[in-house]
Amino acid sequence: MSVSKLSKEQFGQFVDAMLAADRKVIGVVAKDDRFQFDELQSASALRLDYDVTILPPKKYVLPQIEPLLQFEVGGGAQSVMNYEPMILLGVHPYDLVAIRQMDELFSQGEYDKHYMDRRKQITIIACDIARPSKNIFASSMETAVVSDGYDILITDIGDAYLLDVATEKGHALMSYAKALAPAAAADIEKRQAIQEANRTGLNKHKLACKPSYLPKLMEKAYNHPVWLEKARLCFSCGSCNQVCPTCYCFDVQDQVNWDLKTGQRVRCWDGCLLENFATVAGDHNFRKDRASRFRHRLYRKAKYVPEKIGGQIACVGCGRCITACVADIANPVTIYNRLMEEQNLG
Amino acid sequence: MCDCCSEQKDIYLPEMATITKRRMLNGTELFMHLEMDSGKELEHAPGQFVELSIAGLGEAPISISSSPTQKGIELVVRNVGSLTRAIHKLEVGQKIGVRGPFGSLYPIEQAKGKDLVFICGGIGLVPQRSFIRYVLDNRKDYGKVTVLVGTKCYDMRLFREELALWSERRDMTLMETIDEAHDCWNGNVGVVTTLIPKVESDLPKSVVLVCGPPVMYKFVLMALAEAEVPADSIYVNLERRMKCGVGKCGHCQINGLYVCQDGPVFRWSDLALVPEAI
Repeated sequence: MSVSKLSKEQFGQFVDAMLAADRKVIGVVAKDDRFQFDELQSASALRLDYDVTILPPKKYVLPQIEPLLQFEVGGGAQSVMNYEPMILLGVHPYDLVAIRQMDELFSQGEYDKHYMDRRKQITIIACDIARPSKNIFASSMETAVVSDGYDILITDIGDAYLLDVATEKGHALMSYAKALAPAAAADIEKRQAIQEANRTGLNKHKLACKPSYLPKLMEKAYNHPVWLEKARLCFSCGSCNQVCPTCYCFDVQDQVNWDLKTGQRVRCWDGCLLENFATVAGDHNFRKDRASRFRHRLYRKAKYVPEKIGGQIACVGCGRCITACVADIANPVTIYNRLMEEQNLG
Repeated sequence: MCDCCSEQKDIYLPEMATITKRRMLNGTELFMHLEMDSGKELEHAPGQFVELSIAGLGEAPISISSSPTQKGIELVVRNVGSLTRAIHKLEVGQKIGVRGPFGSLYPIEQAKGKDLVFICGGIGLVPQRSFIRYVLDNRKDYGKVTVLVGTKCYDMRLFREELALWSERRDMTLMETIDEAHDCWNGNVGVVTTLIPKVESDLPKSVVLVCGPPVMYKFVLMALAEAEVPADSIYVNLERRMKCGVGKCGHCQINGLYVCQDGPVFRWSDLALVPEAI
């Protein structure tokens, strides 16, 4: 709708005003020498200069453990659907792209009311990346800058923040901001310069092709030796799945309360790298080999999920899997580039 | 259902059904007939499955074994885990949670006028029975019907009374075999593929429907290829861990396909580029 400007001090007051009005604000805060999304207590804890968070903000749109139903053991069940309004503050563009993909996946076909009702209560204040993380490759994945999908986008232009308010939801929050001034032409130019620099500069690993080529690349890669070579070192720990902003596979489990009479059916994060992900009754495992599970993750990112969401690649270049992988084999760019190289040779 | 209605529905909430009949088919397989407490029919098609649940123990995908031409639904549950063990303890009149029906259907329309050959291995007879019964209830719509049933051992044979009735029918051919010889068994001995050469229908012109344990498919498909059955006349009914049933949770994926939505019934020619299928 419009781009406004707040000094850094005024921005802090804006955040504190939301907190004072009892708005639930989830922001980025320090956790030892790294960062995480957590419920914000005061604007002073907010770290919009963060590089990357340990877990993506998906934990607020698809929580690690989320009750779907409550029940009486052996009896009937009711839906659990009470989702509170929430503001997600400081979402980087790559994570925003991931959330938008999930919005599409949970609303297409069978409508997932749990996900969508929760999501509708969330207002997203995205923020342009101020500091690259050590493994970011968002520029390669074309997710370093976004032009839509947020309610508000903020950009640090040095002495102030610019606020691009894009939706009604975003506009409603602006009532908490005092001394809001329209951005000057020079400010907008600064913002453009930052975004243009990010568009190409957030690229610690360089993908050797356009992301749109990946589905085609994967067509001939199924029996490539790289899967076995990499997976030989895989611990099947599932860390790459857990930290991934686009991984959304889940398990459904029944948890019985201490009274042994009531309980909840919950969904919880699962991971296709975990050994028993594809095991059925009778202990038959359809993806028993580590290599087949390792390959499945890369195919989901580059081919299977894109086929469901109009071609968008389900890897947003955050680099979290590279950092989290104990065996140092998860880097998708290394694998895709190797496939590119050998495809060109062939 | 229109968009605004579908957005009101919780796809994970089971409806309650009442067990109206139950009996053991063998030492591990329980047969159940259910009626929905809503009084409505599930309106499934042959080949589809439901998610069956007991609150507190969880949910599992179970094939529907009855034809939509019958009232209520029939299911067969093997006692293999904590949920199915509890299901085995339920009595007539007790309740159970049902979600569904989910998944793709047998080629009810495409198979019309053609000879049908059902190849069933073990518990694979259970989902196949939904289409066999549908065909028998609409007998004039289809050509010759041949049902091949292979069971591991004599004691595990399913639907014995019904198989006896089928073997007496003149409008279908039933051939049965067991893997291991038994004193009480005078019939064929050997795996189900040994029955394929005995089929009297013109196999290359028939529609062949296959369901059985994972290990069976490779051998049956090899035998069918040898008998020159084209891949687009073969339908396989595949099993995976369909956890959510609605194409979200990812557990039942075969490469890019979701068994809960694209399957469980697949045309074999559609799986040519799907290496994880068998």
